[in-house]
Parts: sequence; C-alpha cells; structure tokens
Amino acid sequence: MTSLDAILDARGLTKRFAALVVLNEVDFAIAPGEAIGIVGPNGAGKTTLLNVLSGAYPPNAGSVAFAGHDVTKLDAAERNRRGIARSHQVPRPFGGMTVFENLHVAAAIGGQFSGPAANDICVEALALCGMIKLANRRADTLGLLDRKRLEMARALATDPKLILLDEIGGGLTDAEAQELVLIIRSINARGVAVVWIEHIVHILLQVVTRLVCMDAGRILADGEPRAVMRNPEVISAYLGSGAESAA
Amino acid sequence: MATTSYRVERWTRQSRLFAVIIALVLMVLAIGPFIFSADITDRLTTLFVYVILAAMWNAMAGYAGLVSIGNQVFIGLGGYFLIRLSDAGVSLYPAVVLAALIVGLIALPVGELMLRLRGGEFAIGMWVLAELSHFLVNLDPVIQGETGTSLTALNAYPPVAARNDTYWVGFVLMVVLLAVVFALLRGRVGAGVQAIRDDEVAAASVGVKVHAGKRIMFVLAAIGCAAAGGVWLATTISFQPGTFFGIQWTAYMLFMALVGGLGTFEGPIIGAILFFIMESWFGATGVAYLIGLGVTALAFSLFLPRGIWGSVETRLGIRLLPVGFSLRLVNPDGGRDRD
Ligand SMILES: Nc1ncnc2c1ncn2[C@@H]1O[C@H](COP(=O)(O)OP(=O)(O)OP(=O)(O)O)[C@@H](O)[C@H]1O
Ligand SMILES: [Mg+2]
Repeated sequence: MTSLDAILDARGLTKRFAALVVLNEVDFAIAPGEAIGIVGPNGAGKTTLLNVLSGAYPPNAGSVAFAGHDVTKLDAAERNRRGIARSHQVPRPFGGMTVFENLHVAAAIGGQFSGPAANDICVEALALCGMIKLANRRADTLGLLDRKRLEMARALATDPKLILLDEIGGGLTDAEAQELVLIIRSINARGVAVVWIEHIVHILLQVVTRLVCMDAGRILADGEPRAVMRNPEVISAYLGSGAESAA
Repeated sequence: MATTSYRVERWTRQSRLFAVIIALVLMVLAIGPFIFSADITDRLTTLFVYVILAAMWNAMAGYAGLVSIGNQVFIGLGGYFLIRLSDAGVSLYPAVVLAALIVGLIALPVGELMLRLRGGEFAIGMWVLAELSHFLVNLDPVIQGETGTSLTALNAYPPVAARNDTYWVGFVLMVVLLAVVFALLRGRVGAGVQAIRDDEVAAASVGVKVHAGKRIMFVLAAIGCAAAGGVWLATTISFQPGTFFGIQWTAYMLFMALVGGLGTFEGPIIGAILFFIMESWFGATGVAYLIGLGVTALAFSLFLPRGIWGSVETRLGIRLLPVGFSLRLVNPDGGRDRD
C-alpha cells in the first residue's frame, strides 16, 4: 500500500509526558476498510497512539493525515465529524442519558444526521451491537460489559470511516467474545476501517488481516498476523514485559 | 434503513400532563397582580428573580461544567447598566432588557478569557472578575462609590404601576429565559451540552465542540443573571454596589441549583421555590445564614449529588420535560414490544 491510498497516514508521531517518551517517532498508515489489530505489553503506548490519532492529545512531533487532509491541528470533535470514531478503554458513557440518547448525540453532532436519519443510524448501531433491549436504560446503570458495548455503538452512530477500538473484549466469556468477533466483522464488512487494541490475541486474529505489535512507544512489528506473532522481538517483548522490556 | 421497525417518542403522557399543568400555572401567574395582594405580588417578583438566577447558574455549572462563585458580576453589571441607560433617558423596562444584552455582549470576549481557566481556577477567576467589576463600577461618579444611587426613573411611576410592571417584566423574562434553556436542551446544542455535563472527553470524541458549548452557556448565563439584576433593581430601587456585586448571590445560586438538582431543568426551579420559602420563614440575613446555605449545598453535593429533583427522577424513572428520546419497538404483528 502506498500512503497515497491510505485513509489515515500518521508520520513521525512522538508523544511525551514530561520526560517520559510514550510514542517515539511512530509511522502508521491505514488503508480504507482495513482491519488492523494492535497488541503490546501494558504501557507500550497503544492507548496513547489512539489518543493522538483521534485528536484527544496533540502530538509533540509528527503529523496525522486523514482522507487526504492534514488533521494534525484539528481537535477530537472535528476529527470525529470527518470520520474518525473511537471507544475508550475505561468507558465514558453519558451517564445522565439513556443508551439511545447516548447514540443520538453522537449521530446528530458527530454524524451530522437529523430527523429520521439520526434515529435510523442509532437503531442500526444498537441492533448491530445487540443493545436494542437496553435502549431506554440510563447509561449510568449499565455494567462494565454493556458500557464497553455502548462505547462501540456510540462510536458507530457517528457513521465513521475509521473506528478505533480500545480493549472492548476483556472480561468476556468465550461465547460473548465470539459474538463480539461477529459484530466487528460486520462493522468491517460495511467498509469501515477498524483498528482494534486487544490483549486476547486469539480473538483478534479472527478479525484482523494485519497485526501491529508495540513496545515502549515504538512499533516492533507490523504485518501478516501470524508472522508478527512469530517475530522474535515480539516474543521477547511479551516474555520480557517486566524487568528487561526496555532492552 | 434500519431493519428493526420502531418509533421514537419525545412526548410521554407524563410530560403532556405536566405541560398542561405548567400552562395553567403560567396563566395564573400572568394575571398575578390582578388576583394577588401587593405583598404577594412583590414576593413573587423576588421568586422570579431567584428562578432566573438558579436556572442560569445551572446552565453554566450543571450543563457546561462551569462552576462559578462570581456570577454576581452579571447581576451587578445588569443593575449598573440599567442605572446608566435609564439615566440616559431609555425608558425603564426596555432598559432592563437592553442592559442584559449589553452584559451578554461583554461576556463574549470576557468568556473567551475566563474559559481558558480550568475547574477551581475558573470558579475563583469569576469571583475575582466580580470584585474587579465592583471596583470599576465604584469609580463611576454617578454611582458615588459604596453609597450607590437610585433608579430615579421609578419615581415617575405610581407605586402600584411600578410594582405590577416590575412583576410582569420579571415574569416575562423568567418565562423567556426558561424557554430558551428548554429549547436549547431539546435541540442539538442541548444534546451537546448534556454530553459535556456527563463527560467532556467523550463528548469531544463524538463531535461535540466543548468550548463552543461552554461559551453559549456562559453568555446565556450572563444575559440571564443581568436581567435578574435589572429586575431586582426595579424592586429595590437603590443600587448599592456592595449588595449587587455581593458574594451572597453565589451562596443563593449554589443552594438553589445544588439542592434542587444540578444538571436538570426542573431542579433549580424547585430549589428556588425552596429557597424562597426558607427565606420567608427564617428571615434571611447574617453570616450564619449564608454559611448555613453553603453547608447545606455542600452536603447535598456530597450525599445527594443529583439534588432533590435528580434523585426523584432517577428513582421514579419520571421525566416531566420532553427533552429526551425514548425508543419504542414495533413488532411485525403491530403489537408493541415492551422491554
Ligand atoms: N495522560 C498521561 N499522563 C502521563 N502519563 C501518561 C498519560 N497517559 C499515558 N501515560 C503513560 O504512558 C505510557 C503508555 O500508556 P498507554 O496508556 O498508552 O499504554 P497502553 O499500551 O495502552 O497500556 P495498557 O495495555 O495498559 O492499556 C504509560 O507509562 C502511562 O503511564
Ligand atoms: Mg491502553
């Protein structure tokens, strides 16, 4: 893939928190409709990469282009309106609203839908994520798993071209995980590019066609999933993700 | 197209009934001076001022996360510009509205500056702003420092006319301002600010311009509080800067919004009515009274953070105002699927 075809093209992304370098000159491009998994030990910088791509944090250096436009200086709201949606690793529901209302804000503002079109996309996203029955529940009464689903459904309601998912599968039973795999496959089948961060690799591998492994703010390996999992650096990052991971 | 067949409702039977009750109450209030004694008329005017203040403080704190301890700046400036406009020959009641709009205009650039401050800094920054404005207003020779001045234009009115007209102006301003808040909440802007209320980061992630939402609520609160300040001046006649720019207003607003229910439309109105009743019972003055208000408000924010109305709403699952959405599924056989 040349970066001209990319829906998202990030170059030289660096993010520091005080002296801590959390992203170190990361290059990352996504093709339209691609399904990419990201793995890596705790603290590798996976969530930070999502934050910088979605505009939640500005990078210290580097650039992000989306759909052919430089969006580095645009805030999260503007990037969402252009088609980048995300879920949050620690769910952030709009607690004072119902589940349906959570989606409706997203559809009306992020997706710029109004009237019946806004309602339609919300119902569609709820149905897809298996949350129809919860539509009129206040979001602050949901349990963790439903909150994670809500994150995904709300992101979908903005009608994105790219969805960034941050650990939505943790804590699921096998059956639930299989259901999630089907949901994400069907999101991807609609032409939405998916980037999915997940620790549970075998679930990830059922969906993605490309796997990225991060460690210490860098991309260690990027490519065909099984090849990435066999990569010696990846293996040692995982085994050594304690004392010697900085090596 | 969605594959599920459904209906989205905004009005419920509850909210329809409530709308009818509200319409009746408003109709009675609209002819208040004809049916109430002079004393009650005066006191209701005060209640309207409280409702406006509570609703405006809530618009900022409850919806935009802008907790301020300096909204008296708008009350004071509303009073001040009313004095100035009225001295300049603008007739009294149009001057109340005009003064409020001037304060709204000033709030645009000032808000731009203040909104750069976060959390506690903003709260205290607003108080500093109130003190600074108080100081500047005192420099105006017309005001005569802390001595203050009077709204002499009121002398031109017979007392009954002044009382009744002030009542109506207060009433209309309250209704209009509440209607604006309601209309905002029902539309896109309101959906955005309710999202900001619940989680700013998540709001931004679904396209909500957090800063713009805050700016709208800031300017709305400035206009509303200034209007309340103008009406207040028309009831008290004398403009003493120390009273108009006084921190006691913050204690009142905090109490009304927090006890009634922060981030709900109905809560601050209930809080204002409660406050009004308390004030008539206990005769509201003194430092101890203000501290009592503050402590009660604090207790509520700690133990009942959604206030009286918020708790009722959550527990009983009722919504009186049709600002939300509810989804009703329709089965293929035409029956309704109740979950
Ligand atoms: N807002 C922040 N301020 C300071 N440090 C931060 C911030 N966000 C992340 N970090 C630090 O950056 C590093 C990378 O964090 P990040 O959340 O990106 O890791 P991650 O790969 O998502 O890990 P996990 O698998 O645990 O979610 C960590 O050391 C973390 O403590
Ligand atoms: Mg993470």
